[in-house]
Parts: sequence; C-alpha cells; structure tokens
Amino acid sequence: MMEQELRELYQEVILDHNKSPRNFRLIEHPTNFAEGYNPLCGDNINIFLSINDEGIIEDISFQGSGCAISKASASLMTSILKGKTVEEAEKLFERFHELVTDKLGDNPDIEDLGKLAVFAGVREFPARVKCASLAWHTMMNALHNKDEKVTTE
Amino acid sequence: MNRKSFMDTKVDAVINTKNIIYDVEKIRNDFPILKTKVHGKQLVYLDNAATTQKPLYVIDKTNNYYNKYNANIHRGVHALSQEATEEFESARIIVKNFINALGKNEIIFTRGTTESINLVASSYGRKNIKEGDEIIISTMEHHSNIVPWQMLCAEKKAKLKVIPINDAGEIIFEEYEKMINEKTKFVSVVYASNSLGTVNPVKKIIDLAHSYNVPVLLDAAQAVNHLKIDVQELDCDFLAFSGHKLYGPTGIGILYGKVNHLENMPPYQGGGDMISKVTFEETTYNELPHKFEAGTPDIAGAIGLGAAIEYVQQIGLDNIAHYENQLLHYATDAVSDLQGLRIIGTAKEKISVLSFHLENIHPHDVGTFLDFEGVAIRTGHHCTQPLMKRFNVPATSRASFGLYNTKEEVDILVNGLKKILEVFG
Repeated sequence: MMEQELRELYQEVILDHNKSPRNFRLIEHPTNFAEGYNPLCGDNINIFLSINDEGIIEDISFQGSGCAISKASASLMTSILKGKTVEEAEKLFERFHELVTDKLGDNPDIEDLGKLAVFAGVREFPARVKCASLAWHTMMNALHNKDEKVTTE
Repeated sequence: MNRKSFMDTKVDAVINTKNIIYDVEKIRNDFPILKTKVHGKQLVYLDNAATTQKPLYVIDKTNNYYNKYNANIHRGVHALSQEATEEFESARIIVKNFINALGKNEIIFTRGTTESINLVASSYGRKNIKEGDEIIISTMEHHSNIVPWQMLCAEKKAKLKVIPINDAGEIIFEEYEKMINEKTKFVSVVYASNSLGTVNPVKKIIDLAHSYNVPVLLDAAQAVNHLKIDVQELDCDFLAFSGHKLYGPTGIGILYGKVNHLENMPPYQGGGDMISKVTFEETTYNELPHKFEAGTPDIAGAIGLGAAIEYVQQIGLDNIAHYENQLLHYATDAVSDLQGLRIIGTAKEKISVLSFHLENIHPHDVGTFLDFEGVAIRTGHHCTQPLMKRFNVPATSRASFGLYNTKEEVDILVNGLKKILEVFG
C-alpha cells in the first residue's frame, strides 16, 4: 500500500519509536542540557545528559514535541548513546550526519551505525533531513554545554 | 497594444450568473500546472492559501510584456516605454475598480502584503505614533501583521495590544470594545485568517475604531480572492493584499490608502520615480501614487496582477465564493468522521481554509504522506506562531481550496488521511 520511498522513510522501527519513544523523560539534575528548535515546523526537543568524570554518558533523555522522524531519531539516539563515551558520541554524530545528508554514496558501510541505519531513507526527503538531525545537533550542543538554543535554520 | 489577447487567450470559464453553472472542468483547463504529475500521481493542489496557481491568461499577459514591449516606464519617449507605461497604469486602474477605490492615486504597487504593511508602519507609524500610544492587532495575525508593529512599538515606546479569540477562532468583540480607548492610535487586523479561515467582522471593527478617530488597516491577503471588497463601503483607511494569492504573479502587491492619509505620509523609500525635482540641497517628492514607488517596479508583475483580476472578474467573485463554500462544507463533513481529527478554526463565517490536527500524528508526517498521493497541503505554523500557542498545537495541517478544486480532489485528500491513520494508528 505504501510507496517504496515512503516505506523506507517510515520503517517499522521508526513508527515504533514514534509511538513509544524510549528515554522520553526528564533528568532532574543533568550535567549537560540543551534546547533544540526547528523554526520551520515549531518542533522542539530538549536533551538531558548525565556524564560522569570518566566522560561516559551514564544517562541521556529527551522531552519535547515533533514529527515521527524527529521523535524516533531522538529516541534511537538516546538508546544508542547510553554507556558511550563523549568521543564516541561525537563520532556517531558525524557518521549520522553523513548518512542523512547522503555523503556516504550508494552502498555505504554503515555497520557501525547499527539501528541508526533505518534513517538512510531520509536522504530521499531533503525537507525532512532537519527533522532527523535536530536531536543530534541538540545533543552536540548539550555536550559542549552551549547556552544558545540550537535552531535548524 | 495587446488588449486583443484577452479574446485570443479565451478565458474558458463560462459562467451563467443567473443559473450559476460553474464549469470547473473548463476553468481547470485554463491552468496548465494542474496537469502536472507528482510521484506519478495527478497533482491535487490544496495549498492555495500559500499561493494560487496562475491561469494561462496571466502567464501570457506577463510573457507578452517581455516578448513584445519590455521597457522601463514613466520616462521613455519611445514607443515601447509608452506602451509599457500604459499597460502598467491600466493595471492600476483595474485594481482601483476591483476594490472600488476613489482614485487611482490611492493604489500603490508594492512587493506584496508584507511590504504594504511595513510601508504603513514605517511611514504613517513613525510620523504619528508616540510614546505611550497603543496599537491594536488580533491573536490570529500573520507574522507580517505582528512584527512591523512590534518594531514600531519598540522604537516609539508604544504598546501593542492583542484582541483575544474564542475557541472557534473568532475575535471576541467585547474584548476589543474594552481595549480601545483614547490611547489607541492604530488598529491593524486581518480580514480573513490564513490559518483558521475566519472572516472577521471588519466593518464593525472599523466603525468602532473610527468613533475614536483611529485609522484601520486591513490585511486582505486571504480575503481578496474569496470576498468582494469595496474599500469605500468598508471605509477602511488602508488595505493590503498580494497578487500571488489572487491567481497573479509573485512579487507584486497592493497598498490601498485613503488619499488624505497618503498625502500626509512621508515617503517610505527614496530613489527614482518618487521625486519631482532633486538637487543636492533639497528634493521635492513626486505626487501620489509615485511618491511611494521608488525605483523600477515589477512591471510584468503589475500587468500580470491586472490580468489576474480580469480573469477572476470574468468568473465572478460571488460565483467563486459560492463554489468554494460548497467545497469547504463538503470537505469539513468528509473529515469530521476521521478518528482523532480536530478542526482548528470553526468560525461561523469562513473562507475555504480547512486547518486540522490529527491526534498523535505530526502535521509534517501528514504532509509527507499526502505528497505521495499527489496532494499538496501546507503543514506547519503558517507564520502564525502565537495562534498555534492559543490552540495548544505546535502546527497544523491545512488544506485550502481555490476556484479550480473539485469534490473528487477532496475525496483524494480524505483517502490519503485514512491511509495515514492506518499506518500510524
């Protein structure tokens, strides 16, 4: 029933994370926090992190409202980053960014991205790249505890 | 002169006003773009509140200018310049007659509604608004009728007051009555809301303001292609609209202003065409309307706008309004059965705008899905963020109907929405 490109965009994993987002909660005393905002659609996502002295992300969560793509992206991102080091998170951000902005070519080696590979379909929807990357940009700002709000514009 | 082309192009929209035979298929043939395919599906264009498509008649008239008599206006003595000037100025007269202005010197060509409002805020506003004064707008304003007044208020230390609306998306008139007082120096409200479709009681709003000697600007961007506008009957002081929402080109718009206001207002921009004499010591400004038209205008755009008005008048605004209302009712009924769908904007009097929110489904996902059905709608905050806040939604999906849309297209929209509910349900 769904067109091929649509099916690749809205994969089961994405629909599932949209319906029941993981880590969709507040962290009372985060070590790092940032607000993300997409002025084009009014989506906003807040990212909370607890990072310990060894630079390991002990806890990460998000709150806010957004489309299925942005919510699923935040949900999957928080699932994957928990337990990772800050360096690993930064590396994954770069890889994720390359994936959704179509920098990896036709048959990319994306094994390291794991479940994040479901966002490959976003490449076909330039208008939706910002939805997928909002959580990631916000997370990067939180890591560096930048005060300014992330906007996708 | 290319007057003949009106006949040559043949506006196919034949309407019998007495029996109201609205031949939408013939009208559709006037719009080449409606034959376009999107993702392999027939285009269903339901984003008319953002911009309307252009009939061949408008496209031809615009092309004709570039093909046959492109020249600058108002100063050449050669034949092409004279022809261009004549066509440009006759477009002004078409606009004047369309809104029943008193004179053509009350019709200023601008880039669009936004520039028209900015012109009034900058020129009239800077001259007349002082510290402690109040300006009234409404909750349902487009950003273009909020921000220019905010900028003016910040500069002048004046206060911006906002008329609240009810849950149906209608202005609460009693609140406006309470708000207006001797401090009020300007009222600027939208005639018909782009996000809700609400048609405001502008005549009442104007009459009350005038009883306090307060001038009123109407943002008629969404009204002008649905409602017959008579500026003398409304007695509005200013009226702003854009060509591209009226089946005309982008980049051209109108500011109507009462001549006594316009004469007392300083120029908005300086440059060519707006002067009558320049020395390094002093400049004498040109008379109306040229005082407000510095630089070479969008000549093709103005001619295209004139053509668009001719086209719309050929069909008849009453006929269009009647037809679009039927479509709106049909669509409103059709979506009402859909699970979790909430219509945003349920005013008694509406233009053909249907904004809605599907429970737990974001408008962007709705927009992407419908795109694959060939259906173009608008999703987002529609440049009315304060209004979205009022209804407690981040964004809405909006289908807006134009004179060429059909019930079959509404059915395609509704079927698309059903598919979305299946996938996300």
